[in-house]
Amino acid sequence: MAEKIGVYICHCGTNIGKTVDCKAVAEYACLLPNVVVARDYQYTCSDPGQEMIKNDIRELGLTRVVVASCSPLMHEPTFRRAVEGAGLNPFLFQMANIREQCSWITEDRELATARAKVIVSAAVMRVNFNEPLQVQKVPVNPNVLIVGGGITGIEAALQIADSGKKVYLVEKEATIGGFMARFDKTFPTLDCAACILTPKMVSVGQHPNIELLSYSDVTDFSGYVGNFTARIRRRPRYVDEDKCTGCGQCEQKCPLSVPSEFECGLGKRKAIYRPFPQAVPSTPVIDREHCLCFTKGVCKVCQKFCPRGAIDFEQEEKYVDVQVGSVILATGFDLFDASRIKEYGYGRLPNVITSLEFERLTHASGPTAGKILLRNGKPPESVAIVHCVGSRDLNYNEYCSRVCCMYSLKTAHLVHEKTEAKVYEFYIDMRAFGKGYEEFYKRLLHEDVTFIRGRVAEVTDVPQNLSEKGKLIVVAEDTLLGIVRRVPVDLVVLSVGLEPRRDVVQVAHTFRISRSKDGFFLEKHPKLAPVSTAGDGIFIAGSCQGPKDIPDSVAQGAAAAANVLSLVDRREVELEPTIALIHEESCSGCKICIGLCPYNAISFDEAGKRAVIATALCKGCGVCVAACPSGAIEQQNFTGRQLLAEVEAICAQ
Amino acid sequence: MVIEMTERFEPKIVGFLCKWCAYTGADLAGTSRIKYPPNVYPIRVNCSGRVDPTLVLKALSTGADGVLIAGCHPGDCHYTNGNVKTIRRFMVLQKMLDQFGIERERVRLEWVSASEGERYARIVESMTEEIRALGPLNWKAKLEVAA
Repeated sequence: MAEKIGVYICHCGTNIGKTVDCKAVAEYACLLPNVVVARDYQYTCSDPGQEMIKNDIRELGLTRVVVASCSPLMHEPTFRRAVEGAGLNPFLFQMANIREQCSWITEDRELATARAKVIVSAAVMRVNFNEPLQVQKVPVNPNVLIVGGGITGIEAALQIADSGKKVYLVEKEATIGGFMARFDKTFPTLDCAACILTPKMVSVGQHPNIELLSYSDVTDFSGYVGNFTARIRRRPRYVDEDKCTGCGQCEQKCPLSVPSEFECGLGKRKAIYRPFPQAVPSTPVIDREHCLCFTKGVCKVCQKFCPRGAIDFEQEEKYVDVQVGSVILATGFDLFDASRIKEYGYGRLPNVITSLEFERLTHASGPTAGKILLRNGKPPESVAIVHCVGSRDLNYNEYCSRVCCMYSLKTAHLVHEKTEAKVYEFYIDMRAFGKGYEEFYKRLLHEDVTFIRGRVAEVTDVPQNLSEKGKLIVVAEDTLLGIVRRVPVDLVVLSVGLEPRRDVVQVAHTFRISRSKDGFFLEKHPKLAPVSTAGDGIFIAGSCQGPKDIPDSVAQGAAAAANVLSLVDRREVELEPTIALIHEESCSGCKICIGLCPYNAISFDEAGKRAVIATALCKGCGVCVAACPSGAIEQQNFTGRQLLAEVEAICAQ
Repeated sequence: MVIEMTERFEPKIVGFLCKWCAYTGADLAGTSRIKYPPNVYPIRVNCSGRVDPTLVLKALSTGADGVLIAGCHPGDCHYTNGNVKTIRRFMVLQKMLDQFGIERERVRLEWVSASEGERYARIVESMTEEIRALGPLNWKAKLEVAA
């Protein structure tokens, strides 16, 4: 019996309608074989649009439906639900993309209309061969993996754990807290960062539903939505977390001091150390690179003094596998390496520092106990703050790092509050877009800060006159006055931008997610699915998706948690049935397919001399289908006949 | 007297785009409103590794002037290494094209990530130009004469 196909051409307002003559495409579609109705409609995805399709299915007895509108990534699920609602199997539906890949690529109406006709005919010819398929339902493991213990991961972990679900929180460093733990005050409210962060860190450490795996990373990740397995590498701390009480005796007795990474090298730490006193977990780690026991085989003082016998120099790297149903990546960012901009002199001129180093200087428990001092121990008389270091610069990163304007204002405020210094801010544009941000900027305008609009060309210690002698001279064009200015100062703070983490490529590979042009993780939809990824069950939150301030990071952490909880409470998920099947009678038993399958889903049935696919393991790549010399393997919803129908329709025109 | 302009040859190219990278990249080109020639007609597949060489030959023999296969960059494949299998298959396919007397330029294998809308547009542009310079394939007509 011939199929009865309904075709719907969407105008999408003017998005398609402006460049594609939708009426003409519908009239054309009417004449294609087996098409019984073809209509053009303003917004097919709207309620009345969907109702129209459903009515036609019921009244005209449609057996196949084609909607030509936006990308299937956008509304394929919408229309599949609609046809299912009218009693048709959702896989008897085919989508034709005439927006992203047609109306938006040209302004020529004639070309776009002709192209739309070809695209629609391909979908119509294909849909004839679509088959009713049943989605596979699989249970969702309620456990959740969160990677990254900064403020974003902490927020997500607490939200999920509070709902009673188990969370594995993996943190690469010895403590959670991330960058926020190193900040002094937060803009625009000037809350003390530690005061709002450390209680949350403690909650994570004590929560019965959170298993904190610090000093660890995920090395392998497999499975599918609802049923993932993550292999976590636990690096040796050389201190037994279960025995250690965090008393700090070992740290006090350790004879060796080295520069502290947490303090950006401005302060010291011991070879056995906690990055900072409020670290969670409070268990210290031994730095193998420096510890005298590892380098010279002597000392072991910490072991002698540990009242609990927790020091274990024999500890080895361990791997643990955890089963989870969903993942949140909150792996954060790296700061731009300011030494890449040679003309700013970072690393060469001692009193040119980064904003993070400034945070440590002004932090009450930092290396100077909160005093803003030059390298010679004196307070600065003048300070320049340089915006957009590594951001909005085609030589480095094109994007705006979003947080620097505001934290630069905070820097200015703190300098003003703590010293007598004159403060200069060199900015390109002042971006104060958040709640209370513009007001904070206004406040700073009244705090006697000199704002100079212009990108800094260079920072130099070569004076041109007496007043510049012994100073750092900041050279910039003042674009409001149209003159080049040379401003002599004692201290230069570089407001460095945010970048994807160094290991971002590796993490993206491990979790098989994409990155956007700027190198950060790519969200599923920039507006409608900002914390989802193309991989079902894998969510992203915070600055790993792009630069974000604390409020936005916390909001995303909570959003990702809500997405995860919604998935968990569904209890089961539907899997795309685009898996491969073997037609036993055609299989010659050549075994070519077996070696190709990346999931080891194909095995050989020695008795029947045939290949067998374990459908639960098949992810539907179709590699075996393309390789089978006897055409014995078919991929559901991507059968040879279906793809061929598309090819033939395109080539026939 | 009216002098008729010779109509410019518009190549017809079938594009097999993997849904994770290339198809999303092509979507991005549209979303970014990048303009490019309308000559490549997309067919969405899960992985470039699904593209059976017979589909490519079928396209060329039924009227296509060229075929584009586009997938994730090596190392980025959603299915671990499907695109590596595509490379191997593509190398054999090229040799086969030589034997058929079909220019290698008519079948291209390209990598386009989900964020490379611009790259996708430029690939389509250059491929369209290249095949336009080669002229129509007309394999279908030749096959019909032979039969």
